[in-house]
Order: sequence, then structure tokens, then C-alpha cells
Amino acid sequence: MKIKDVISLVEGSLITGLENLENPVEMAFSSDLMSDVLTVKTDNMLLLTGLVNVQSIRTAEMSDISCVVFVRNKKVTDEMITIACESRITIIQSPYSMFKASGILYQAGILPVY
Amino acid sequence: MTAETIHIEFQVEGGNFSRAGYPSSEVKKRLKQLNVDGSVIKRTVVALYEAEVNIVAHAYRGLISVDIDEHKILIRLTDEGPGIPDIKKAMEIGYSTATPEVREMGFGAGMGLSNMNSNADRLEITSKVGQGTTVEIVNFFHK
Repeated sequence: MKIKDVISLVEGSLITGLENLENPVEMAFSSDLMSDVLTVKTDNMLLLTGLVNVQSIRTAEMSDISCVVFVRNKKVTDEMITIACESRITIIQSPYSMFKASGILYQAGILPVY
Repeated sequence: MTAETIHIEFQVEGGNFSRAGYPSSEVKKRLKQLNVDGSVIKRTVVALYEAEVNIVAHAYRGLISVDIDEHKILIRLTDEGPGIPDIKKAMEIGYSTATPEVREMGFGAGMGLSNMNSNADRLEITSKVGQGTTVEIVNFFHK
């Protein structure tokens, strides 16, 4: 699956990463606990989270996570956008809940990390 | 990589979560420029970021000193803060003294120290209650 397919499946809006739309995505992890995200060894995965702050983007940066989906249309700040652009992280905003967004992506073939 | 050594320092302010991650980000950029293996970079910056968040979450202020040579990266984080009374207990998964504010930031679940340990080739923690904590992380570029 490609990033552009993820956007359409979760009815998302693209906030950063227009250049990454054709990039492939194979695996995802859903969590609001950044300590847990930092233990995941998989690179280039998708992170679904409801935790919208600078630390969720910093966590993605350190963990080599290429795409973050913020659920429930949480407001992404300018500071988060700046850091995401510097690190070439794609940010997608989705109106769906974490449960719904995760379920749809899982059903469409995105693999879980565990 | 050349044989020259690189030294970088960062000040860390306790409680300032919006800046947490900047030093780790700078170290990541520097290691990438030096063509260090991606998996070593990830392990190093994850361990550093966890340690950095600990200073922001628990201490009043701290200093991060980074030394990179041909073979390894040595990171020393020294903070002025409450210290850790029982380091062995603090290393246990799930043990945490973090405030609700820290938990709201997505941390404070008692996973940080053990994750630092699994991402560092060498990890040394020393602490004096009422004074502060020093964390030393060493990662080697080639094993």
C-alpha cells in the first residue's frame, strides 16, 4: 500500500509530506504511549496516535517512523509541522477514532508489528 | 570517517517539553553526515532521547556532552535534580515516579531506563539523592 492509499482509507488530510505520497507502507503501530513506540525496532512504519504534541513527532523522528496519522482530527501545531518537514515525516490527520482507523488499515492489508 | 573527534554540548532545561528532542535530533543529523550505520544511529538517538526526556521530566537542569570518534559515540548526561534513590528498582519495567504532566506527554510509564539499556552497548547510571544523576551511554559503530 502507498501513503496516498492510507489517506483515502482513513479519509485523511495530508498535512506534511506531499513528496511522499507514492512511498510504500507495510506495517503500523497504534499507541498514545511514546515510551512504547520507542521500543519498536521496525523502521519506516506508520504510527497511529491520538497524542498530538511535539514529542509524538520527535518520537517518530528518533524511531525512523516515516508517517504519523493523528486520529480524531486533533490540531497539529506549527512547531510539529516544522519538525516533521525537517525530518521528512508525513503527517495525516484523520477524523476517525484510533480503533476505526487501525481496523480499516488492518483489513486493507497493513501488517501489525506484534 | 576521518580520525578527528567531535565534541558537542547541549543545555537541557527541566520541565521544558517543547524543546525536548532537539539535542537528539542534532546528534542524529551529525551521525548521518558521518555515514554511521542506520541501526546504530537509531539505537543511539532512542537511548539519548529517553535520557533527555528523563532530565526534562525529573531534573531542574542538565548538560548533555557528546563525543564522537572513529569507533564510538560517548554521551554523558549530567543533571541537577532529585537523584534516583534505588537505581535497580528504577530499571524495573513499569516502575515510575513521573508526574501526571509527564504521562500526558506520552512518557512516564516506567519503560525508559530499560529501553535505554537495550539500545546502548554500555550504559552506566550513577546518582546522588538530592544532587542529581549522571548517565553515560556508549555505542560502537562497528562490532
